[in-house]
Amino acid sequence: MRKIGRRRFLAGSVAALGASALPARALADSVQLPFANGERPLLAFPQKRPLLVLSPRPPQLETPFAVFDQGVYTPNDAFFVRWHLSNIPQHVDASAHRIAVTGEVNTPLSLSLADLAALPQVEITAVNQCSGNGRGLSAPRVAGGQWDNGAMGNALWTGVRLRDVLDRAGLKATAKQVQFDGLEGPVLPTTPDFRKSLDVDKARGDDILIAYAMNGVPLPLLNGFPVRLIVPGWYSTYWVKMLSAITVLDHVDDNFWMKTAYRIPDTPDNSVMPGATGFPTVPINRMRVRSFATNVVDGAKIDVKLQELRGIAFDGGSGIKRVEVSLDGGTTWRDAALGPDVGKYSFRRWSASLQTRAGQTYTIAVRATANDGATQPATQGWNPSGYLRNVVEMYKVAVG
Amino acid sequence: MKRVAIAVAAVLLLGAGVAAAATVAPPKGPVSISLPGDAGMAFKPGPGVGAAQASCLTCHSSAYVSTQPVLSRAQWTAEVVKMRTAYGAPITDAQVPPIVDYLTAQYGKP
Repeated sequence: MRKIGRRRFLAGSVAALGASALPARALADSVQLPFANGERPLLAFPQKRPLLVLSPRPPQLETPFAVFDQGVYTPNDAFFVRWHLSNIPQHVDASAHRIAVTGEVNTPLSLSLADLAALPQVEITAVNQCSGNGRGLSAPRVAGGQWDNGAMGNALWTGVRLRDVLDRAGLKATAKQVQFDGLEGPVLPTTPDFRKSLDVDKARGDDILIAYAMNGVPLPLLNGFPVRLIVPGWYSTYWVKMLSAITVLDHVDDNFWMKTAYRIPDTPDNSVMPGATGFPTVPINRMRVRSFATNVVDGAKIDVKLQELRGIAFDGGSGIKRVEVSLDGGTTWRDAALGPDVGKYSFRRWSASLQTRAGQTYTIAVRATANDGATQPATQGWNPSGYLRNVVEMYKVAVG
Repeated sequence: MKRVAIAVAAVLLLGAGVAAAATVAPPKGPVSISLPGDAGMAFKPGPGVGAAQASCLTCHSSAYVSTQPVLSRAQWTAEVVKMRTAYGAPITDAQVPPIVDYLTAQYGKP
């Protein structure tokens, strides 16, 4: 296996997007992420281009970061993949697929995709980001899936409102939460099946969809074909893939994936001191505001002729108000220009003019502020699962 | 791209980020893929590798171990216990020490 450093690999990719020819090393089959044990093979899984393999079984595939420089929508074949359990159907017939709606409802349903087509169709552009995106950068480090920042993507999702489905079934007054299950299952019967739940009021929101298309075409199987739940603004743990069962509960879900996993400290900024125990927790929920530069790479050289800095920003659904950039590590800031607004849950592209001097080094920093007033911290709070990462990103570059 | 542009225009008009869309029919028929299994990945050789293979690889690839930070014996012990208590791995009390020894020797620090 040929090995190359991530910095060189991404620097090559970025250069290719600008002026110079694509170097041969961009075809290397392994990438080194910027933390210990960060070597990742690049492999093409079914319906996917070569992605960084965090695990082949169950598949956990990270998007190469240079993809985010290429447009506001993340291509389906580059979109990250994360499954929890290894018993994943490799043959799914959309025509035979059914979604069972049961529990605290007046009329239990078994819906086909043709049944969904009879409901009003809705489109929404939304970022899907893993709760643990950037976990590998946690300091001190924590056990878990060791992602860099590529466990996210932005897509146009098409489907029907979950509310319209729930209204067809008719919620009883006892309804408290709505639980979602997909075709993914455990290898062993002793392993908890992956199920996630939302409060009834959240589940009935305008923006919660059952989606059967992603960027205008059917979802890749590894992203949840034929239907997945879309919970814009919330981390993707709730975006249940291959959705097959909706169960209305008369209680707060106490299954492992709600009661024990995917919890964050119930503290003012959801962080604790490393090693702390005994603090209360709540289920992870809305995404924190984040921003990234997409045409520079930390530790890489840039060309003195590079005159534009650009990137993406997003939050949990209030939309992006402002993006600022710094060339001195966050001492002084100036405003970037925001690109077209394609929806409050979407990536928002930004750009800023750049003037550098050959031979100098710069620490580029990027900071977004959302419409709800939230911004990014200069230092990252810590939690035991490495969730909620949204520190101001820094890119140390030398001008060649 | 034209359809996306139309959707974007509708979003701007409604100002809500949600729009009634141009029709995209739900998919019909089957899709089949063939996953690559463990894609050639395997545990490092060493004393106890058989116990680790038997207990860990039932549910997940060796990458779940090899991509972790360099964990201490106490941290690897906590991971093995979590696999048994939270995820239902059939690991007996007697099987825990050899697995922890292997993980600490090959993927950890003393």
